[in-house]
Amino acid sequence: MTQSEFLVPTHSSQRWWRSRSVRRFARHRLAMFGLVMIIVLVLACVFGPLLLPFDDLYIDLRGRFSPPFTGYHFFGTDPLGRDIAARLFMAGRISLLVGFAAMLISTVFGTVLGIAAGFFGGRIGTVLMRFVDAMLSFPNIFLLLAMAAFIKPSPIMITLIIAATSWMEIARIVEAEVRSLRERDFIVAARMLGLSNSHIMFRELLPNAIGPIIVAATLTVARAILLEAYVSFLGYGIQPPLPSWGNMLNGAQQYLDSAPWLAIVPGAAITLAVTSFNFIGDGLRDALDARSDML
Amino acid sequence: MITGSACIADKAPLARLYPTDTKTETTGMLRYLLGRFWQSLVLLLLVSVIGFAVLNLAPGGPLSQFTLTPGMTQADLDRIATQMGLNRPLPIQYLDWLTHLLRGDWGHSYRDGRPVLDIIWEHLVATLLLMGVSTAIAIFVGTWIGVLGALRRYSIFDYAATVGAMVALSIPTFWFGLIAIYIFSLRLRWLPAGNMYTIGNGSLGDYAIHLIMPSIVLALVNVAVWSRYMRTATLDVISQDFVRTARAKGLSSRRVLIRHILGNALLPMITLLGLQLPTILGGALVTETVFTWPGMGRLFLDSLGYSDYPVVMGLLMMSAVLVLVGNLAADLTVAFVDPRIRLS
Repeated sequence: MTQSEFLVPTHSSQRWWRSRSVRRFARHRLAMFGLVMIIVLVLACVFGPLLLPFDDLYIDLRGRFSPPFTGYHFFGTDPLGRDIAARLFMAGRISLLVGFAAMLISTVFGTVLGIAAGFFGGRIGTVLMRFVDAMLSFPNIFLLLAMAAFIKPSPIMITLIIAATSWMEIARIVEAEVRSLRERDFIVAARMLGLSNSHIMFRELLPNAIGPIIVAATLTVARAILLEAYVSFLGYGIQPPLPSWGNMLNGAQQYLDSAPWLAIVPGAAITLAVTSFNFIGDGLRDALDARSDML
Repeated sequence: MITGSACIADKAPLARLYPTDTKTETTGMLRYLLGRFWQSLVLLLLVSVIGFAVLNLAPGGPLSQFTLTPGMTQADLDRIATQMGLNRPLPIQYLDWLTHLLRGDWGHSYRDGRPVLDIIWEHLVATLLLMGVSTAIAIFVGTWIGVLGALRRYSIFDYAATVGAMVALSIPTFWFGLIAIYIFSLRLRWLPAGNMYTIGNGSLGDYAIHLIMPSIVLALVNVAVWSRYMRTATLDVISQDFVRTARAKGLSSRRVLIRHILGNALLPMITLLGLQLPTILGGALVTETVFTWPGMGRLFLDSLGYSDYPVVMGLLMMSAVLVLVGNLAADLTVAFVDPRIRLS
């Protein structure tokens, strides 16, 4: 037996899906509900448009405002006679993609910034975290709208803008985590071994802070989907004819009396998706929280 | 200064044994106040830089509105840019804007040429009214849900409150507003669907009726957040010695709950209220849009529609100022109410 084998923590030889965290996550009923819902939603958005007999852009002026369950229109039609179910699934592709992509970007950015701020500390850390504080002083939606209103809103730009206004929480969480890890023995040892700063930051600190990052990232998907819905609802997000859950609601208010399903259906989809991600995040928090390992 | 409620003194027994002389305590408090004040000022400066950068680095810039005018030539645009000082380097523009800001000159609206501060002022009251009423509702409801959840931990009520809070956090505010309008205005016809008052009827009751739906819609998210934190805070306090002491000395459970548990659990909530301000303000923007409430949020959206840069800029700054002032006020209130902070 070589010495390096002693250094390998025992749990890494086990299969990850049998780990305590995964088992605890699987026992979390709400999280499992969320996971199943997200899988169903993703499958529906990927394959739904292929199965439906309607194109999401097909305009049928004779079939405007059909209530749900008329013919094959499960969710009815919109003011232009387009099938809402078809639009809902296509919109889901956009909204979920924007949510995921914004989460990825903001998580990477927030993590790098948080690690840097926590690791270097001192003046660099202070300046970076003050910047985070300043960004957090703006109500998210104000900042988001101010950016979105003056650019050409394409899905990519909207994603970038949402990411630009939602990386701060992750930076804060990572910074706090890294600050608490910085003085621990294994980091001191790594420093004494002469490892480079970047090695310590991304090979030593990052893996040890990964739990809170995963939780925050999951909750960020939920928030990014919500934010996209907000800007698109207000008319500055994804632009029609490209559907998104938010912009499907954009014109719904004026038809609220005569065609309430225009508002109910996309809103329910948003709520379902966001709730599911929040449930998953909650389950991950319980599963990955090192402190509850003690119990 | 240890004459506050007995429960707080219980947590600082040393302070009771060795009362600090009031002089050092005052200077400590003063230093704390000044420190927080400075921090807020630095933050405000940073906020102004970010706000300015966001609006001026966006493609198009403040001139974009004028390019839409028919017959506008590049020469005209250049002339306007020179007149408005938009062709100067950005840092100079920023300093110029900042000095005007500090003198109370927030610029003039592109739309009607009125001073930005006057316009914001007109809309601020409506927003603050909505936020205030809504927050009061959220605090009241959230506190009780949280406390009851903590007292009956793992009961059906507690479980329902937990799940309910997470769902409430996930519902888009504007959608909740639309559903509320559909049910209570369009179907039941109990409440008005929007606006702040009926034209020709400015009575107090009329305002109140118009306030009900938007404030409850805006409160939903905060009820969820507030009840979660309140539950945790209550659980923290319940297990403390002074609560057991209070129970042991025979106080009624009602008195223990209100004076010992609630008093202490609500203390960290003041800070939370400060931290929640951006969320509440952002929620107000959306709520105002759905309910055509004539506040800052509506003004913001209208100004965006007109590319009214000075007003957008002013609102962005005003929202950050409100948040920072709110946070400062929350911290000061905590310091004022809680002797532990003053003494440390």
